[in-house]
Amino acid sequence: MPAAMPTAFEQVSVDYLAIAPMLVVVAGALVGVLVEAFAPRALRHTIQVALTVATLLVALVVLAVWSRGHLAITLGGSIAIDGVALFLQGTLLALSVIGVLVMAERFGGVGSDAFTPMGASTPGSAQEDAATRAGYATSEAFPLTLFAVLGMMVFVAANDLITMFVGLEVLSLPLYVMTGLARRRRLLSQEAALKYFLLGAFSSAFFLFGAALLYGYAGSSDLSRISSAIQTNGGDLDGLLLPGVVLTLVGLLFKVGAVPFHSWTPDAYQGAPTPVTGFMAACTKLAAFGAILRLTYVGVEANRFDWRIGVVAVAILTMVVGAVLSVTQTDVKRLLAYSSVAHAGFILVGVLAFSQQAIGGVMFYLMAYGATTIAAFAIVTMVRQDGSEASHLSQWAGLGRNHPVVAGAFAFLLLAFAGIPATSGFMAKFVTFAPAVQSGTSGVVMVVVGVLASAVTAFVYVRLIVLMYFTEPVPGVVALTPSVPSTIAITVGVVVTLVAGVAPSWILQLAGNASTFLL
Amino acid sequence: MHSLLTVDGEAMTAGAATGAASVAWLLVALPLLGAAVLLLGGRRTDKAGPLLATGLSWASFVVGVVVLFQLLGQAAEERAHHLTLWSWVPAGSFDLDLGLLVDPLSMAFVLLITFVGSLIHVYSIGYMEHDPDKRRFFAYLNLFVAAMLLLVLADSYLLLFVGWEGVGLASYLLIGFWNWNPAYATAANKAFFVNRVGDLGLSIAIMTMFISFGGVDYATVNEGVAGANQSTLTAIGLLLLVGACGKSAQFPLQSWLGDAMAGPTPVSALIHAATMVTAGVYLVVRSHVIFDAAPDAALAVALVGAVTLLFGAVVGCAKDDIKKALAASTMSQIGYMMLAAGLGPVGYAFAIFHLLTHGFFKAGMFLGAGSVMHGMNDQVDMRRFGGLSGAMKVTWATFALGWLAILGVPPFSGFWSKDKVIEAAFVGEGWQPWVLGGAALVGAGVTAFYMSRLFFMTFQGDKRWTDDVHPHESPLLMTVPMTVLAAGSAFLGLLLAWPFAETAPIVSWLEPVVGEHGEEHPVIAVPLLIALTLAFVAFGIFLAWRQYWQAEVPDVAPRGSVLTRAARVDLYQDAVNEGLFMRPGIHLTRSLVFADARGVDAAAGGTAALVGGFSSRLRRLQTGYARSYALTMLTGVVAVLGALWVIQ
Repeated sequence: MPAAMPTAFEQVSVDYLAIAPMLVVVAGALVGVLVEAFAPRALRHTIQVALTVATLLVALVVLAVWSRGHLAITLGGSIAIDGVALFLQGTLLALSVIGVLVMAERFGGVGSDAFTPMGASTPGSAQEDAATRAGYATSEAFPLTLFAVLGMMVFVAANDLITMFVGLEVLSLPLYVMTGLARRRRLLSQEAALKYFLLGAFSSAFFLFGAALLYGYAGSSDLSRISSAIQTNGGDLDGLLLPGVVLTLVGLLFKVGAVPFHSWTPDAYQGAPTPVTGFMAACTKLAAFGAILRLTYVGVEANRFDWRIGVVAVAILTMVVGAVLSVTQTDVKRLLAYSSVAHAGFILVGVLAFSQQAIGGVMFYLMAYGATTIAAFAIVTMVRQDGSEASHLSQWAGLGRNHPVVAGAFAFLLLAFAGIPATSGFMAKFVTFAPAVQSGTSGVVMVVVGVLASAVTAFVYVRLIVLMYFTEPVPGVVALTPSVPSTIAITVGVVVTLVAGVAPSWILQLAGNASTFLL
Repeated sequence: MHSLLTVDGEAMTAGAATGAASVAWLLVALPLLGAAVLLLGGRRTDKAGPLLATGLSWASFVVGVVVLFQLLGQAAEERAHHLTLWSWVPAGSFDLDLGLLVDPLSMAFVLLITFVGSLIHVYSIGYMEHDPDKRRFFAYLNLFVAAMLLLVLADSYLLLFVGWEGVGLASYLLIGFWNWNPAYATAANKAFFVNRVGDLGLSIAIMTMFISFGGVDYATVNEGVAGANQSTLTAIGLLLLVGACGKSAQFPLQSWLGDAMAGPTPVSALIHAATMVTAGVYLVVRSHVIFDAAPDAALAVALVGAVTLLFGAVVGCAKDDIKKALAASTMSQIGYMMLAAGLGPVGYAFAIFHLLTHGFFKAGMFLGAGSVMHGMNDQVDMRRFGGLSGAMKVTWATFALGWLAILGVPPFSGFWSKDKVIEAAFVGEGWQPWVLGGAALVGAGVTAFYMSRLFFMTFQGDKRWTDDVHPHESPLLMTVPMTVLAAGSAFLGLLLAWPFAETAPIVSWLEPVVGEHGEEHPVIAVPLLIALTLAFVAFGIFLAWRQYWQAEVPDVAPRGSVLTRAARVDLYQDAVNEGLFMRPGIHLTRSLVFADARGVDAAAGGTAALVGGFSSRLRRLQTGYARSYALTMLTGVVAVLGALWVIQ
């Protein structure tokens, strides 16, 4: 047992300015719940969108203005607000803003937004019809989003395993619910939500089991204590250490969709309402990689030579499977899901380089990928046939003929996924792979696999671009005109993708300066 | 950011751009803006688009002239300006600045491209008047001008490559502009594929430079050359030559140029005569530091030039299609430039000199050909022309000036430039001057024959018109650009060579970039050489005069000798390509298809099918059952843990 066990309850010191952004988000989420209860139905959607966006923006400003000067490990050592946490939280807030703007899309009228009018009704039932006719809307999605963002912010700043688990659950539960809220193809959506929930629970169990083993090994769940325990322990308890590290990592790798823990990704991505998919793909991935970075760099870095090779295998497998499986996909959302799996592999390559440069590279990648992804899914919501999303690839044929701007933006985003120069995708891969090459043989192997996998995915994206531009259009497929908020979101996504590819210096510097952990 | 251009021991440092040179980016940006407006603006810009595109092209020319005056006002060593456009990756891992280099060499090209390009924009307003899609045409023209300017202004091979691909794209779009005609679409594709071969060479060259020198901007490469080993430099030089051959239609990658004539005639004038096809010459001259250090590669350049100049000239003798004859001539004239560029310091300036004069007289003749076609219901068969000198006076006169210029008749432009190339080819020791010089000399004679043939068949002799044509002079919008280019054909050579000055202005202008060309001593005395050249030319004209003016020209081509027939089909180049590359490819494909019934029709397709097959198999793991997903996860955990346990 640890010697410093407190004998009485002591109030921990709290650096409120450091955690102020999280407090803002939680306050906004709670107000959102009240709005849901008391605001008149006609205004609810508008109020919720405004409230959510305002909350996120205020949190972002608070973070940029005050928290930046208050780097601290606070709340009794359970939250670390350091450069990495701040950069990731800031990116998270910014991505959430554009994610929420896409969720707010209603194409000019109630009834065609992405969410089902009544989540609790049986699909196809009279109750559902009635709810549709009455013009109900599930504006609960917005406070749920805020709760998820809160969980993510905790996740990237969690400095002990228990807090990390709390963050994990806080971010996951709202997402499970939101996954099941799709307006069209509700059975698919509910199935996806259930699968996501079951497998998520399964992975959480792994995480908890691993955390328990690590606690048993180190006598503390605090990451820095675990680290010092690894360096000082004589080896009596080594049997706990390796399984502990692997199992906690499995819990986190599940969230980023690394193979073989990825099986939920395509189903959940396809079933979830498309704007939620975009949000999930960008923000969950970012938060989970934040947690992985902290766990591996702060917590268990000292015995990395024992477990690193296992994660190297996972990274290679992730890149290969993600890239190869994307080849046979016929659904745009599943295609992007497998692409996100492959990207998880690329980012892992950077994580495993174990250098400060790599932290900056990974953070840049997460930012760039997030912006591109949200914009891409936003465009997917716009392409419709007979009112519902035309997500089958064949329906995208010839889109470039009738909607050159939409198809052009999508093509550009695809090129970014493929890592073509002058897009953020190239720069991100470059800054992530370069430290890996310097890290040694296994790094080089991973980069070679990564480049080959990129070539395969590039084939997939280019094929889609060719499909959009060089085939005859499918009659009846249209790209709806987006409302102002989601136009802003798409524009921001595209501009970030371009700027981060063409003039990345500023962002790279920001990420580079922020790439230190408080120990 | 400094770039260092070593010139015979003296260092010429490109300072940061000041004055007008600091807005040199406008040169590229203006036409690019035009292309963007026209392409994105859609039908709304149908009316004003062509005028806007033309205006922006002229604006670019004006910027070029202003920069020229700034350079002229500076000492020769200070005429290089460097302009950093953006630092792509900040210093650290590797630093990649993209920038423009404004120096005498790039400015020579800038002025040619913007001036001739703008004239051709004007001409196109008349030529494309009735085309419903002319907005798209002008957008592509502007895109081409922008890409070409980027190519010559780039300060690194990487940015040059961007421009290189850009002009390729514009060329592809313009050749296939009338793509409702399958033959034209095929021509566009052929140009595309042949150019890929060249581009592959160039891109490998760039990668090799990056590996050998640690950078791909001219300054880094030029500095690195001194320390590099001979074989690397030779390899880079040869790879650059492959790139140059593709773009400049040099042997053995010349086959696409004739087919590229499917594009609208102004395109042929601008892209396939005056500018884009000369990019290969630019590339060689720009890389002169490499070629100076790799004499074998330089010799290869000269030989390729010599072979092509004869090849093109022979093909030109047999073509009855006026545009294809001109295309063969272009190929041949670029052969002269490549030859000069391969000769080293004695030739660089003359390669560029001939390029400039050629840009004028060949563009002028292409526009003339377009004007003829305009008046002759878009016919191109010279056997049905004849006697047009009366019907189209301006076209005839301007074409005649171009004709005299390309023949090298003093005092027209071609005389000054081509004669210098021939003289330079005769400089050297051993067999080289005799082979290279001999080729250049014979080429001059053959050129005189086929160009006179073309001129006589079109404008002189009997009228062999088909019944339905009523030749008429083209509108002013077309004849004015032709007249301007004809004036250039007449006087540009004299101006740039200015025989009364100590050194020719063009030589001293380019000297800071390409180095002093030193004293030249051809193996035959210069006056004798000039006399010999003129004798060859006169003989060529005489032959053509006898056969195509005096004698009856049959309406249908006679069978001809073996050589004629061979020349008519481009000396079997398509057959060779087909035999060497296509047929074995097809056979290989068939056997592969036989081997793999699912159909593998190309290497790329094969990989795709392989990955696809793997993918479909792997996809079966994605069953949709949560239980099997959970099992996958569990298996994964057990596998990772088990493996680590074992390793430990």
